Amino acid sequence: MADGKTGNWGPVNSILATDCGSTTTKAILIERQSGGYRLVARGEAPTTVEAPFEDVTLGVRNAVRELEELTGRKLLGQQGVLCPRSADGTGTDLFLSTSSAGGGLQMMVAGVIKTMTAESAQRAALGAGAIVMDVIAIDDGRRPHEKIRRIRDLRPDMILLSGGVDGGTISHVAQVAELIAAAQPRPRLGTSFKLPVIFAGNVKARDHVRKVLGGLSDLRVVENLRPVMEREELGPAREEIHRLFLEHVMAQAPGYATLMSWASAPIMPTPGAVGLGMQNVAKLYRTSVIGVDIGGATTDVFSVFGPEQELFVRTVSANLGMSYSISNVLLEAGLENVMRWLPISVDPVDLKNRIRNKMIRPTTIPQTLEELLIEQALAREALRLAMEHHKTLARGLKGIQRLRHMGETFDQEATGQTHIDLMELGILVGSGGALSHAPRRMQAALMLLDAFQPEGVTRLAVDSIFMMPQLGVLWTVSPEPAAQVFERDCLVHLGTAISPVGNGRPGERAFTLKGTLPGAGEVEEEVLAGQLRVLPLGVGEKATVEVVPGWGMDAGAGKGRKLKTEVHGGVCGLILDGRGRPLVLPEDPVQRRRKLVEWFRCVDAYPADLLTRLAGPLPRE
Amino acid sequence: MAHAYTPGLKVTRETTIRKIRRLPLLGEVLVEVGDTVTPDTPVARTEVPGDPHTVNIANILGVEPAEIPSHMTVAVGDAVSRGDVIASFSAFLGLVHREARSPADGVIEMISPVTGQVTLREPPLPVEVNAYLAGRVVKVFAREGVAVETIGALVQGIFGVGGETYGRLRVAVDDPATPLRADHLGPKDRGCVVVGGSLISGEAITRAIEVGVAALVAGGIIDRDLIDLLGYDLGVAVTGHEDIAVTLVVTEGFGPMPMAPRTFQLLREMEGKVACVNGATQIRAGVLRPEVIVPHEPRPAGTQVGAPAATGLEPGTLVRLIREPHFGKLAVVRELPADLTIVETEARVRVLRAELADGTVITVPRANVEIMEVN
Repeated sequence: MADGKTGNWGPVNSILATDCGSTTTKAILIERQSGGYRLVARGEAPTTVEAPFEDVTLGVRNAVRELEELTGRKLLGQQGVLCPRSADGTGTDLFLSTSSAGGGLQMMVAGVIKTMTAESAQRAALGAGAIVMDVIAIDDGRRPHEKIRRIRDLRPDMILLSGGVDGGTISHVAQVAELIAAAQPRPRLGTSFKLPVIFAGNVKARDHVRKVLGGLSDLRVVENLRPVMEREELGPAREEIHRLFLEHVMAQAPGYATLMSWASAPIMPTPGAVGLGMQNVAKLYRTSVIGVDIGGATTDVFSVFGPEQELFVRTVSANLGMSYSISNVLLEAGLENVMRWLPISVDPVDLKNRIRNKMIRPTTIPQTLEELLIEQALAREALRLAMEHHKTLARGLKGIQRLRHMGETFDQEATGQTHIDLMELGILVGSGGALSHAPRRMQAALMLLDAFQPEGVTRLAVDSIFMMPQLGVLWTVSPEPAAQVFERDCLVHLGTAISPVGNGRPGERAFTLKGTLPGAGEVEEEVLAGQLRVLPLGVGEKATVEVVPGWGMDAGAGKGRKLKTEVHGGVCGLILDGRGRPLVLPEDPVQRRRKLVEWFRCVDAYPADLLTRLAGPLPRE
Repeated sequence: MAHAYTPGLKVTRETTIRKIRRLPLLGEVLVEVGDTVTPDTPVARTEVPGDPHTVNIANILGVEPAEIPSHMTVAVGDAVSRGDVIASFSAFLGLVHREARSPADGVIEMISPVTGQVTLREPPLPVEVNAYLAGRVVKVFAREGVAVETIGALVQGIFGVGGETYGRLRVAVDDPATPLRADHLGPKDRGCVVVGGSLISGEAITRAIEVGVAALVAGGIIDRDLIDLLGYDLGVAVTGHEDIAVTLVVTEGFGPMPMAPRTFQLLREMEGKVACVNGATQIRAGVLRPEVIVPHEPRPAGTQVGAPAATGLEPGTLVRLIREPHFGKLAVVRELPADLTIVETEARVRVLRAELADGTVITVPRANVEIMEVN
């Protein structure tokens, strides 16, 4: 597409894309310049889907107006966004949008067995960009009347019902359908609409499900998402979820009918678009990717693994976030786990009150270093918990029989093991305010390292201004500008971390790094267990290095085996992490705080003098 | 963004307040436009479907699911009482006899020959929505509900728990810095909305429940006391449906915090009048804050009711600082620098300079202040 032509839109020289979030509507303008596509400007305005405005297009207009002011371009007319562009150059060639306003897409899923068809349904819903409010299954431990009450209370946007393999027994999936019918669930939006229910289960059960749910709901029947036990086919269910999202959820949200009429392509749920973005990152770099978006209310984790980057999983931790849900981070992680990341002494009662006050005044920001350290400690725990949650869903199919060869006879690996392999992980991408807006990029790098504990050699990056949603939807209609803007303007490469697995004793060698770095010349660095250091390796620079692990340590080639690998630079550089995996912090509070101060100072993560003053005297043992 | 500050909570002596009172399902509206209502006047009524029960007939009788229609002694649509036989099975000339009985009063809704289950539904449950405010019905939404309007004082809190209630307003402390203790409350406070100063203490909550206080309002609350009241810890600030005997409204935040003097003064001015209180808080998109509404007679036309509500930050605007290191203090905006400023965290943010009561001028991020909307 070197001529800039694509799809049905003719030459694409200018692209306007908006993301209508629950609090802010973000607009970006991309233009084709002599060297390719670049982000030209970004604008934002409060989202206006709630009262008193109740029209999402007002927020979109305000965000686009900011772009007009910044660029001097005319993009809006009386009727809305000017698209396609007119002969005099006003308007844009493409207008795209994503949305999570009004709470996004909220779904309930149901299946027969919790860890089998219900889990497949959960993956289908999450992958389509939904928040899964509950998972109902025959074996979920609740009695029928408890399930019925729960279904009645939920008021989701839609239900995805699965269950049974094609041609198998229908009585179990019929039982779940009957529970749903007994609950007579109502949709979240609108009092006079029937709740959409998608049936993606045993084909033999379709007639019975139609009989039971046909009159009560807006029933859609699609291909079974688990046609045989060994295979998951999530595509048809996901497509139907997207269709219903547009027909029901979007159509009933105020102003969306107009927004849809402006857009060049269907509006996508924001997390669905981010998921597409992450999958394309994996294809672009031909490596496995973990992406995380830590928001105010929720934290989404995306992973793309497998030899062909074919295993894509998204999870939403619905109540892990840095503002609305910050008290829940404390609740789920526990005070001890939050305080272990603090290099300063804080009164636990005061800390709890501060966290609650952030919850009730979610738009405030840290002004002091002490407040920043507290928020970043909470961010580490939110990210860690979200990743733990992700691992429970990012796994192979449960309940299948595997053909084993002789070599696997003594391999005790069960079906349903997570396919997240942190040693195999190529790139870890962070986004969301806590990571993208950390005052020093090294703080974002440390939060990612401490929370995810990547193993071996891993590139780290952050999404500069969170434009992954807009680029995700752009990728579906015009991949070339999406890829170019992604590489040039979206990702901020932090660098590469080398973190061998194992825990050496203090003073022992964790690993030695040998190689020639563009900025530092020939280096041979010995990193001791418990040390954290950084070497200069700038954005766009790369080097081939040898990592010689210490005794019992593994950098990716096996315990004690030398690894030759390519490392890429970034704004932080080459991070040499000898702290061990798993990362174990000293139990004694003073020694732990001393160690944290040492690490933070070694990589220049915070203003050194202020940090030392705040930490106070920290004697050695 | 043009408005990078928290708009602030309303503390208004006189304003028009309109509340939509809507049924959960379509039903019947009981009042008309122009009707005068009190907080407990029912304005709309409906019936929600009763609880369903599922009975696995096939299991109980020991027959195949497909066979259960022939064993049913009732049909779809039949009314049954708790204990009635709804299906039976006999074999060997009655030597083997099994019965399935109804677990509740209700109507048979479904007999499934696929799962062998029968669903029966209890009688519908009547649901009424009351007016909540003392005022006038200004709009009727056919079969859905009404809008009730009143003129009165409005105090929005920052956080609350418990649902709608009402009662006579009583201020139990002398100044906004005094915590509300158990000895401030007595039998005379039964059914009242009681105002304290800096803190709703745990002992005051216990005493309030003992004497039957409708609601407590004060500056702060200790998080441990809230957990003790609820019986669980709150992860997110979405409240209003707690099963608790007293509604709480906190005006400033967590920890002991003197109530803003103007809020305290306004509530004292309204003492003796009936206050309508709702602790429901939803701090998500579409923020919902708890509230104390005191309907009263409007002042005569032309009466000065104070300065108009602030429309944005400008020099002279009174603000409250809502984040450390000056949390809870009031200040007057002196300057609004246009350029981004580096603060202690090294973040570049939009700031303002404001003067504290002692004359100190401080620099704070605009995101960390809220406008005191007082008139």
